[in-house]
Amino acid sequence: MNLYHYAAPATFYRLAGRWTPWFAWGAGLLTGIGLYISFFVAPTDFQQGEAYRIIFIHVPAAWMSMFIYLVMAFWCAIGLAFNTRLSFLMARALAPTGALFCFLALWTGALWGKPMWGAWWVWDARLTSQLILLFLYVGIMALWAAIDDPKRGDRAGALLILVGAVNVPIIYFSVKWWNTLHQGSSINLTKAPSMATIMLVGMLVMAIAAWLYTIAVALVRVRGLILERERHTDWAQEAMKALKEA
Amino acid sequence: MVWQSGTEFWSMGGYGLYVWGSFGVTGLGVALEVWLLRRGQRSLLNRLQRMQRWEAQ
Repeated sequence: MNLYHYAAPATFYRLAGRWTPWFAWGAGLLTGIGLYISFFVAPTDFQQGEAYRIIFIHVPAAWMSMFIYLVMAFWCAIGLAFNTRLSFLMARALAPTGALFCFLALWTGALWGKPMWGAWWVWDARLTSQLILLFLYVGIMALWAAIDDPKRGDRAGALLILVGAVNVPIIYFSVKWWNTLHQGSSINLTKAPSMATIMLVGMLVMAIAAWLYTIAVALVRVRGLILERERHTDWAQEAMKALKEA
Repeated sequence: MVWQSGTEFWSMGGYGLYVWGSFGVTGLGVALEVWLLRRGQRSLLNRLQRMQRWEAQ
């Protein structure tokens, strides 16, 4: 298999179009299953009552916000190192969804913090570093929007993304490094998870659903970006015609 | 089954505002993104075609 073949915009454009419905349907299906587990299978928590059910969105959203950022940083590093056109477009396609999940992690966190801690917001290390992540997302998108030359925009955005990537481990380890009001992680790679299996399953199903959703919307977005960049080529003009007829 | 009645389900043990506020805004956010994406793709296509016509002249 030749990876460069798939990195060609024309090929990837076609593949992305073919894959999108699968990811979208998968996301819908798993969201249904995940919501069913969240509300009808998972039992009431003995400490937090029903309020803990926020976890089924809060944790997947927080994971996504960090992971999408790392994926963007990965594509930017590849783009800067190998000068591959598609890589920067991947980062551009992912950013809005990352920002959405970052906002949702903060929002659901506030709605969870109020009944449990008695405060919508506290300036502890976890919350503050997550807020910085949101600012990074917004800043990156504003930077892209402000630079007219697409190639310069790609590079400037990539640089900001790579520098900002230092914030992700800070978010992740903040609950270990500092005394935070935010609880430590219930799941990590070295220990058995400190939560009921069904809660863990529900959270994982929701997280996979969020992944499939992210891939689906990012593929749609990247197709638009590819068309925009390649609009002078024959294949792109063919594709536009086909889209217009559909 | 966890819930005895519909009312009990919606009240979420007194945490209804927080639980539904979380799930509701998440649903809205996703719906908004999908809507903006569809609208954006349509307007992009129109813009590209206008540019193409303009450049052809």
